[in-house]
Amino acid sequence: MRSNDMTTTDNNSTRNKPVTNQPPRHRLPTRKERERRALLLSFLAGGATIGVSLLGYVPIMNAKELRLRPPGALDEQEFLASCIKCGQCVQVCPVEAIKLADIREGFGIGVPYLDARKQACDFSCDVVQCVLACPTGALSHDLDKKEQTRMGLARLDKPDLCLAHQGKGFKGIARGAKFNGLHRYVKVDRWNPIKISDHKYDLPLCDLCVRECPIKDAISLQPVSDKPDDKRRKPVVHEACVGCGMCEMICPVEPAAIIIDERKKWDQKGKQA
Amino acid sequence: MKFFIDELRTMLGSAPQKWSKDDHSQAARDIHTFKQTPEQRKLRIASIHEELGNKVKNYRWRIQRWASIIIVNMIFVLSYWFDVQLVEGALTASRFVGFHLADLNSALQVVLAYKVILINLVIGVVTVLLIWWFVGGRSFCSWVCPYHLLAEIAEMLHIKLVDKGIVKDHPMRRSTRTVMWVVFAALAFITGYTVFETVNPVGILSRSLIYGAGFGLVLVAVLLLIEIFYSRRFWCRYICPIGLTYGFVGSISPVVIRYDLNHCLHEGECRNVCMVPHVLEMTKKNRAHDEIIDIGADCTRCAMCLEVCPTGALNFKIRGTGDLI
Repeated sequence: MRSNDMTTTDNNSTRNKPVTNQPPRHRLPTRKERERRALLLSFLAGGATIGVSLLGYVPIMNAKELRLRPPGALDEQEFLASCIKCGQCVQVCPVEAIKLADIREGFGIGVPYLDARKQACDFSCDVVQCVLACPTGALSHDLDKKEQTRMGLARLDKPDLCLAHQGKGFKGIARGAKFNGLHRYVKVDRWNPIKISDHKYDLPLCDLCVRECPIKDAISLQPVSDKPDDKRRKPVVHEACVGCGMCEMICPVEPAAIIIDERKKWDQKGKQA
Repeated sequence: MKFFIDELRTMLGSAPQKWSKDDHSQAARDIHTFKQTPEQRKLRIASIHEELGNKVKNYRWRIQRWASIIIVNMIFVLSYWFDVQLVEGALTASRFVGFHLADLNSALQVVLAYKVILINLVIGVVTVLLIWWFVGGRSFCSWVCPYHLLAEIAEMLHIKLVDKGIVKDHPMRRSTRTVMWVVFAALAFITGYTVFETVNPVGILSRSLIYGAGFGLVLVAVLLLIEIFYSRRFWCRYICPIGLTYGFVGSISPVVIRYDLNHCLHEGECRNVCMVPHVLEMTKKNRAHDEIIDIGADCTRCAMCLEVCPTGALNFKIRGTGDLI
């Protein structure tokens, strides 16, 4: 029996065919029984589909920390609502910083995020391409300069590990030869980002986070003490910081001494120096 | 008009209307009467026997359709891989040489959840609406949707297993899909999240193809297993709200499959292969209310019925062009 439309009211399609090769063992269910079974199954299947889709709220509810979102992202709830999960932002990013979340993030499925330590947004595109690409304004079109971005705020998380804070320099490849992260070094190539592992440093005092920061006046090194012969400096984040994560990506120690507080804004942070 | 309303009601889940003789056109009545004459009945039965005796398998349309699904999806994939920027994005929303396109159902979910009308989305929706209005609404399903292709393969396996008596199909109520459509629209509006996208196999597949596989594919695999072993075309027939959205668009489409009562042998092969056999109700004996009928809104224009119809009673037509095309 291949005709299985619930609405089939006559038996034309089955009458001409042998129903089965075997002798009938059971009475065939009546139409009423079949319809009741179909109704029950529909409830189960529909309920299960809705149930599974609503499970998408669990990861949202349990999220301990927010994701780092691309430039111009609306507030988290609005962002998840307005994003159409198409990945056009992913496609235009020259450093491929943007990834799409998996089903494990529930309602956040298909929504773009960044993992700054792996690949930060370094504004290689100059004009926030991802914002221009976004068809729904989930990445707000109010933003047209990189300086207006507010993805989060950098914070010196582990001062003890920070090389500058220890008065140390840095020589070599910032994240090791195997690191795949990209960055646009304007002096090397104005238009194309290159691998960080292709760029060697020789710094008497490590200032990578300040040196590679794409935003003016977002971070600076300041003396740790008043003593003039004290070489130690610590990175201080200023209000101009957009939270792009470049400092977190380039930080040569493991784990990174400086990290991004996702979605944090300056007024929330207060005047923490 | 009443026939059109019945098409919509049928799409939403009710049984197709059994039209009384008074609703039949004179031409249809004449043909029905003519077909009942003893010599015509004999002739018809003989034709059916002859046809069933030497069945010719015909995959002309399926090859074109599968090619269409693969090509459309590969354009998305290759255009990203080789960075040619022909099509950017995924099936949920994209740009075709810079011009916005937005999937109707995804756009609907976003607007309901976000509660703001976005101009780019309006442009994308209108474009897609016009395209799919013209080519037949649910032709999106059978000519573009990547899940449809997998589901068709699953369906072939399912039918093989059913023929061998290993599994049984478990039909459900078609109105479930209407309920799903309403529930997911309501959930988007109430919760402010695009709840449906979490389980949307079309979005998951499209993104997996373009941006790399994710765990969402597990869900797709589960759906396919259900369709192979438990319920034929489970997702497309009973659940998918996308299909219903495009079905509404297709209800007034120029591109249709047209039924010609004159040629029909009423053997029902078309209904056996059809994913939505309720749209082929008129192919049953004495049921056609007119000589020529355009198949209803829920039809995906997949042309499987064309392939099995031995007499050419079903054909692609563009409404309003008469016999020009």
